[in-house]
Amino acid sequence: MAEKSAYRYIGRNKPRTDGLAKVTGTALFSADITMPRCLVGKILRSPHAHARILSIDTKKAEALPGVKAVVTGADAPVKYGILPVSQDEYPLAVDKVRFVGDEVAAVAAIDEATALHALDLIDVCYEVLPAILDPHEALIRDDVKIQERTQEANIERRIHLVFGDMEKGFAEADYIREDRFFKDAASHAFLEPHSALAQFSDGKLTLRTSTQVPHYVQRALSRVLGIPAEKIRVIKPVLGGGFGGKGEPLPLEFAASLLAIKSGQPVRITHSREEVFLTHRGRHPEQMTLKTGVKKDGTITAVQFSSLLDGGAYGSYGVVTMIYSGQLLTAPYRVPAYSFDSVRVFTNKPPCGAQRGHGGVQPRFAFEVHLDRIAADLGIDPLEIRYHNAIEPDTVTVNELRITSCAFKECLDKAAEAVDWKEKHGKLPYGKGIGLAGGFYVTGAAYPIYANPMPHSQVQIRVDRDGGVTVFSGASDIGQGSDTLLVMIAAETLGIPEQSVRVVSADTETTPVDLGSYSSRVTFMAGNACRKAALKIRDRLLAACAGQLERNQKDLTIAGGYLFEHGKEEPLMTFAEVAVLAEAAGVDLCAMGSYRPPELAGSYKFGGVGPSPAYSFGAQTAEVEVDTETGEIRVTKIHCAHDLGFALNPLTASGQAEGAVVMGFGETVLEHHAFLPGGRHSGPNFLDYKVPTSLDVPEVDVTLVESIDPSGPYGAKEIGEGSLHPSLPAIVNAIYDAIGCWFHDLPLTPEKVLAAIAKKKEAP
Amino acid sequence: MRTLKFILNGDPAEIGVNDGETLLEVLRNRLGLTGTKQGCDQGECGSCTVLIDGQPVLSCLILAIRVENRQVTTIEGLAEGGKLHPVQVAFHEGGAIQCGFCTPGMVLTAKALLDRNPYPTRNEIRTALSGNICRCTGYTKIVEAVERAAEVISEKADG
Repeated sequence: MAEKSAYRYIGRNKPRTDGLAKVTGTALFSADITMPRCLVGKILRSPHAHARILSIDTKKAEALPGVKAVVTGADAPVKYGILPVSQDEYPLAVDKVRFVGDEVAAVAAIDEATALHALDLIDVCYEVLPAILDPHEALIRDDVKIQERTQEANIERRIHLVFGDMEKGFAEADYIREDRFFKDAASHAFLEPHSALAQFSDGKLTLRTSTQVPHYVQRALSRVLGIPAEKIRVIKPVLGGGFGGKGEPLPLEFAASLLAIKSGQPVRITHSREEVFLTHRGRHPEQMTLKTGVKKDGTITAVQFSSLLDGGAYGSYGVVTMIYSGQLLTAPYRVPAYSFDSVRVFTNKPPCGAQRGHGGVQPRFAFEVHLDRIAADLGIDPLEIRYHNAIEPDTVTVNELRITSCAFKECLDKAAEAVDWKEKHGKLPYGKGIGLAGGFYVTGAAYPIYANPMPHSQVQIRVDRDGGVTVFSGASDIGQGSDTLLVMIAAETLGIPEQSVRVVSADTETTPVDLGSYSSRVTFMAGNACRKAALKIRDRLLAACAGQLERNQKDLTIAGGYLFEHGKEEPLMTFAEVAVLAEAAGVDLCAMGSYRPPELAGSYKFGGVGPSPAYSFGAQTAEVEVDTETGEIRVTKIHCAHDLGFALNPLTASGQAEGAVVMGFGETVLEHHAFLPGGRHSGPNFLDYKVPTSLDVPEVDVTLVESIDPSGPYGAKEIGEGSLHPSLPAIVNAIYDAIGCWFHDLPLTPEKVLAAIAKKKEAP
Repeated sequence: MRTLKFILNGDPAEIGVNDGETLLEVLRNRLGLTGTKQGCDQGECGSCTVLIDGQPVLSCLILAIRVENRQVTTIEGLAEGGKLHPVQVAFHEGGAIQCGFCTPGMVLTAKALLDRNPYPTRNEIRTALSGNICRCTGYTKIVEAVERAAEVISEKADG
């Protein structure tokens, strides 16, 4: 790998390639695209948390002038689900509804008012069933079955894994501590509501949809609708934020498609903000217990973790969430013996799924607070106990996760230095405090969602006669900036100006497969595929030049858009001339590159979830002020130090971390995805669900730590998700430093803070 | 249905609208100006912000008929003669855009702030933008971009 300073494009701040379109209003999101004769689709949703559908009468709705199609579950009674083990959803309900908001029927009409009127005319007869809203009740109630496939009560799945010698680990401990934690649900709250525009003509379905995973949507549509995948084109237009909430096939995508097929006209369904909250797939509420043994000096000897995940009504990504929740506690600290027991249950609430930092966020909050409590009990500095147990590069964790590049200690140093840790921790006046936490996360999953031996990402690069280069990639830019990174990597590898490179992405008809934007995989996997394709093309071009110009290939290089001979300042020709020369010589100017992770699965059942080709590491310190009269928490600053391998584009990388930290802050003190006793969402809107505003947020200071990963593209790893994990516990630990009260339940409210202060006064 | 006359991005506009139609609906559905975004339709997210006589207004909460004879500026009308407004340049170059859905409303709100207060403090910027939710950036680069735009505008005014 070349010295960093030798790079011409990567490693430098580059504004997004779609930035000008977005800042002038010309960028077209899914809901901005229209077509001749386009109809408006609307979805009828269940008013009950749990009910049997006795009958659906759509005759009156169909008879309403302006209505062009009505569909129900009977139109596509085929189950699907993002995970092969959780095929439990229908496009529209068949026989039963399982939460308030579950999709029952859909209509397409000439305008919104007619479509809404038609929904009122659909007559659904329900037999209301008992609803289960409490996950503890779901564990034991055998008389109520939310999903028929559950064997014991409403348990979707249990997992029990043991690594190392637990008995020995706890026997060797000088001190053992056990704590319980709870992290409540959160929602992605992306700004762009889901939107899907379906068109069916000549036996071919085209769906423009706000999805993070066009490939998986295409597969699911094919299976459910019985249309060959080759006759389905899924396009992701500009996408307004996903964070996991657009990471799986969703009912509106099937409903729009069914309506378009039935009506013969294009149909668009766009969710209202309320529907976005009801569709959900957000963070699982999770009850957690941690028991940890340590030596007097703080050395961890054993960790025992158990958790209960409240999954809501359907499977979604939940089984993976459950496995991740346990698998991701064996770093960034050395844990010689580890066990976890987790269980995911169904309840009659909107389904939970994947949300930024998927699986690891709740246990990371719990563990980092637990670790601070142990440190406090033993009189060890929280920084010291972390440093003492910190994992090193090139190690294997007790659950067989292969760690390669790792700059966790450097992250701890940077985060601590930023707050003057040694001088300030434990020494600030009452009401003010600082807190520290660490974390790590996968850079893409080592295994695809459906088992297959193919690459996870493929990129095709084509060189034109004018020297222009097109990168074709299935990767979905969901706002994180992946299209821009592909331009940078292609330009760097080929040695041509970035302006000569354009990207065509996320269209199943024109771009090769990329599995999608989830698990922080895109920079690493699509980046590697792009680099490989560019290297192939570069070598072909240089070989053609060497042959035609009678030069030695290894003496030729392309840089800045020109062909050079080593040691000579004057270029031999332009890149466009190189392309013409090569094409005339019969060289194929189109090449594919692909990436598939190495075999990394653990030698045990479920050992395929957790392994990643590389892990990011991070540490954060939070500065807080607590108003002890009102209970108000003011997080003034968060310092985030994150090992992302190599910052291909520092401008967008730091932006990812800033956004993740603020999302973590919101989950800690503001956001509450709550339900009323009957199962209705308590406030599916931005007034009740409090997303941080510019007045709420702390100042965020990001340090990009570079460990140069051996298998990342130019050494890069992830930053967009792992940088969320430490934010929650860093804030909670800082509040302890400020007022001497521990908090084990999130989100934190002023009421909880005041109650804790009062309790502490009673019994100091 | 009645005829609405107003000035849209500097040009006279005349269009038939229903009494109950919001300005957002008319801009997006009748006039094809989709740069104005619908994020919540409840006046909570700020994505639909446009300028009416220079003041930021939530277009999902105002009936179209209320803009009779008034000046409406949408994101499509901010660049003058193809030249981007300094706020647009600062957002683009400063990495203040991620998914871009909040961007039109955010940019127009910032423009209105700088028109009435060319030298805002950081806190004044945060206050002015507090009705515009951004879920991607954490606001750091947005606030910095507004500061940068203020500098550029004042340099021009001084120079």
